[in-house]
Amino acid sequence: MTKVTMTVNGKSVSGEVEGRTLLSTFVRENLGLTGTHVGCDTGQCGACTLHVNGKSVKSCNMFALEADGAEVATIESMAAADGTLNTIQQAFQDHHGLQCGFCTPGMVMTAASLLEENPKPTEQEIRTYLSGNICRCTGYHNIVKAIMAASGQDVSAVAAE
Amino acid sequence: MYAFELERPTSLADAVNALKSEEAQALGGGQTLIPTLKQRLAMPETLVSLTAIDELKGIRREGDTLIIGGATCHADVAAEGSYPALSDLAGLIGDPHVRNRGTIGGSLANNDPSACYPAAALASGATIVTNEREIAADDYFVGLFETALNEGEIITAVKMPIPQAAAYVKFEQPASRFALVGVFVVKTANGVRVAVTGASEGGVFRWSEAESALSSNFAADALEGLKVPSDGMIGDIHGSPEYRAHLVGVLTKRAVTKAG
Ligand SMILES: Cc1cc2nc3c(=O)[nH]c(=O)nc-3n(C[C@H](O)[C@H](O)[C@H](O)COP(=O)(O)OP(=O)(O)OC[C@H]3O[C@@H](n4cnc5c(N)ncnc54)[C@H](O)[C@@H]3O)c2cc1C
Ligand code: FES
Ligand code: FES
Repeated sequence: MTKVTMTVNGKSVSGEVEGRTLLSTFVRENLGLTGTHVGCDTGQCGACTLHVNGKSVKSCNMFALEADGAEVATIESMAAADGTLNTIQQAFQDHHGLQCGFCTPGMVMTAASLLEENPKPTEQEIRTYLSGNICRCTGYHNIVKAIMAASGQDVSAVAAE
Repeated sequence: MYAFELERPTSLADAVNALKSEEAQALGGGQTLIPTLKQRLAMPETLVSLTAIDELKGIRREGDTLIIGGATCHADVAAEGSYPALSDLAGLIGDPHVRNRGTIGGSLANNDPSACYPAAALASGATIVTNEREIAADDYFVGLFETALNEGEIITAVKMPIPQAAAYVKFEQPASRFALVGVFVVKTANGVRVAVTGASEGGVFRWSEAESALSSNFAADALEGLKVPSDGMIGDIHGSPEYRAHLVGVLTKRAVTKAG
C-alpha cells in the first residue's frame, strides 16, 4: 500500500491505496463520495467522469496514485453547501435532462467542462462533446437542451424529438 | 486486475532505470493499458507512469518541425494548431475525457491497427525519438500491435515535419470512435505520402500507387480507377474486407480535396 494525498472538492484528503486502485474506487470507497457512478468500468460510458486539475477524465480509467497532489472535483462539489443546485444541475431538472439519473453525474461534470471551454456551444458542439457519455434513458435530447439552457441560450427553437 | 506496484518517476532517467526490470511496463495515459489490465491480458509487476515527467510533455516548433513530447496528451496536440491536420486528428480521437489522458507516445507504442496517430506519423514521415535512438516512421511500424521498439524503450518525442498541405479523414466506427478506415494525406516539395489506418490486417500502411498518381497531379481526379486489393484487409461485423478496400479509395479522395 502507498499513501496518496490530493485535494478533493477543496479539502485535502489522503489514504492508503494499492497500485491498481482506480481513482473511481478511491473516491467512492475511501472517501464515500458515491455521486461518481461506475457504469461500464471500461472507459466507455462516462458515468465516472470527474475533473482532475480542471480537466474531465474517466475516473475508472485512471489510477488513484496518478492523482497524487492533484485537485479533484466530483459531482458533490457542484451544488452549494445548503443543497442549492448549480446552474447546470438546475437546468437538467427544469428540462427533464435525466430519467434514472445514473449517467447524470458524468453528464453534469462533462457539461461543466464544455461550458468552461465554450460558454455558448451550438447543439452540434454539445452532441459532439458528449460523445463519451452514454445515457440509456433520455435519448439525449433533453440533456442537450438542458446544457443549452444552462449556457443562457434560448431553447424554445430546439425541436422536441 | 492482478496486483502491481505503480511508480511515478519525475525524470526520464529514473523511468528508464525502473523499466530495466523485465516485468516492468510503461504507463502513458492508461486509456488502452488500464482496460487491458482489467481484462487480465497483461500482468506487469511494476507499472512505470510517464505522466509525472515534465521533460516528456509539451510541444515546440523548430523551423518547420513540430516536436511533441512522448507523454503529451491528445487534447494538447489538438489545441496547438501549428500543424492543422495533426491537431484535427488529435481533436477527433475518442472523446474529451480520453483526449485529456491518452498520449501520443502511448498511441504509437500500442500501434492499434485502427488508431489515428500511426497514420499521421507515417504520412508525415515523422521520426520517433526514444531514450535509445531515432527511428524513421517508415521503419517503425512493424505490424499488428507491433513496432520497432525494444523492451523498456520509451518514446520520448515525436518529430513531425510540417508539410505544405495535409488532411486526415476518418470514417468513424461509431461505437468505439476508432477509425473504421482513416486516411492521412501529406503534400511536400518532395511528393505526396498517403497513409491508411483501420483497413489492413498488417496495421497502418502507405498506399504507394495513390502516392505516385497524386505526386504528378494533386487532385481527387488523379485517383480515378485506382483501387487497393481487398486481400489482407480487415473483415469484421463493422465492415467486410471489400468494403474497407472501397473506403480507402473514397476517403483518400476526400482527404485530397480537404487538403486543397
Ligand atoms: C473510449 C476510447 C476511445 C478511443 N478512441 C480512439 C480513436 O478514435 N483513435 C485512436 O487513435 N485512439 C483511440 N483511443 C485510444 C487512445 O488514443 C489511447 O490513449 C492510446 O491508444 C494509448 O495511449 P495512452 O497514453 O493511453 O497509453 P497506455 O494505455 O498508457 O499505454 C498503451 C501502451 O503503450 C505503452 N506506452 C505508453 N506510453 C509509452 C511511451 N511513451 N513509450 C513507450 N511505450 C509507451 C504502454 O506500455 C502500453 O503498452 C480510444 C480509447 C478509448 C478508451
Ligand atoms: S464507468 Fe468509467 S467510463 Fe464507464
Ligand atoms: S438518465 Fe438513465 S442513463 Fe441517463
